Amino acid sequence: MEAINIDTAKQTGKMQIDAEVVIEIRNMKKSFGDKVILSDINMDLHRGENLVILGKSGQGKSVNIKLMVGLLKQDKGDIKVFGKEVKELSTKDLKELRIRVGFLFQSAALYDSMTVRQNLSFPLTRVLRLKDKADIQHRIEEMLESVGLLDAIDKMPSDLSGGMRKRIGLARTLILKPEIMLYDEPTTGLDPITSKEISTLIIAMQKKYKISSVIITHDIACAKITADRVAVMNDGVFVAEGTYEELEASKDDLVQHFFK
Amino acid sequence: MEGWRKPFVAAGRQTQFLSAFFRNLFIRHFEWNEAIRQCFIIGYKSFSLVGITGFILGFVLTLQSAPTMKAFGAESFVPSMVAISVIREVGPVIIALICAGKVASSIGAELGSMKVSEQIDAMEVSGANPIQYLVVTRILACVLMVPILTLMADTLALLGGWVASNISERMSFTIYFYKAFSSLSFTDLMPAVLKTIFFGFAIGFVGCYKGYTSDRGTESVGIAANSAVVNASLWIIVLDAIAVQLTSIFAYNT
Repeated sequence: MEAINIDTAKQTGKMQIDAEVVIEIRNMKKSFGDKVILSDINMDLHRGENLVILGKSGQGKSVNIKLMVGLLKQDKGDIKVFGKEVKELSTKDLKELRIRVGFLFQSAALYDSMTVRQNLSFPLTRVLRLKDKADIQHRIEEMLESVGLLDAIDKMPSDLSGGMRKRIGLARTLILKPEIMLYDEPTTGLDPITSKEISTLIIAMQKKYKISSVIITHDIACAKITADRVAVMNDGVFVAEGTYEELEASKDDLVQHFFK
Repeated sequence: MEGWRKPFVAAGRQTQFLSAFFRNLFIRHFEWNEAIRQCFIIGYKSFSLVGITGFILGFVLTLQSAPTMKAFGAESFVPSMVAISVIREVGPVIIALICAGKVASSIGAELGSMKVSEQIDAMEVSGANPIQYLVVTRILACVLMVPILTLMADTLALLGGWVASNISERMSFTIYFYKAFSSLSFTDLMPAVLKTIFFGFAIGFVGCYKGYTSDRGTESVGIAANSAVVNASLWIIVLDAIAVQLTSIFAYNT
């Protein structure tokens, strides 16, 4: 199967998608030692759209989004976020970019020595440098209310269930009001009901805060709820792209494996 | 990676980490609250362990040396001998090794588990500065608290020595401490305090480096904690050997 370019804006019923490209990846390659992870990635993300990347484990999906925020550096090719090449950004510019691009980790990555309140105040006080305690309190409560977990404000992460941790992780990321969200396996390890709640929450947050998203997953139910566009990754390249319905009707064996 | 390259790559990475520490040491928005919290965890929570160790150190040193000194008719020199050996050498090295075991391992394990659970990545990707928040505060807390813990342990070691002296024969508190302090000079105390600052830095730096740069996987947390203790202990011994040479040349003029 040949590699394809993921660069066509689609109009779906879920949300108005802008023609403006916020993430642009061209001929990107990434290896770890001798092992090639991503061999030729071309991808565009348009403002306001949800792009779901489907793929088996170990195909380089997470590496792909870590490259978008400069957590890793590509070997070749270009990754432009908001028109700027990520690997050429200075420390200051990279920090500014990371404020505009949120990242939800697979494990939610809550700071386990801090309460939920401290987890949410951390980016406000360390990144936005807010000092007004009433303002910080208001933002934390507003965000926890958005994810439906205001009651958990003084709990420790160890007291939360997997789904609650994901919601708090999402709240901590969204509290900086990012324009792009990168979700790394947002529903992995959750039961089907909680998975659906998280997927619905992703859509709700997209609409409320007008966010563009890249969602890495192998959960087809999550893809069905969240995707404006789906791209299938295999062996370090994109092999299929389209709306959920288009790919569901695909005759390709690999694509069909995900939709069965 | 080929075997011969490994030490050079490791040295390069440690130099990078060291320069990241110094770059973040002087930037704005120092994390005072976290630094104080770390001083509490590293210092206050080690008081009992270090205190008991110090007391027993002086106690045992006195009990062991008293019979030999008595055989030479020099038992009146026991307080001086204990004071000089504890203040100059035994106190700083033993307490630093105790701190390497307790503090370096806990820093290595804590940062290692944060790395494994992607908390450090989450901090970095949010635009916050994990080096400033996690590393600078812990290293500075070690630099500050290890000398304080050593001074406290030295004091308790002298007290332990006095208690041990009173087991074999009665010696007043005043006489014991007069004898102990009269044999000490500024050149005994100052180099010892200075070297504990370097010991503290080695403990904090090695613990942070091993934890911060640990690999993925739960096994790496144990490896980070273990190698933090081993490397910090080794650094303490090496730094002590250098410090002894330097103080011999510049302070004691021998």
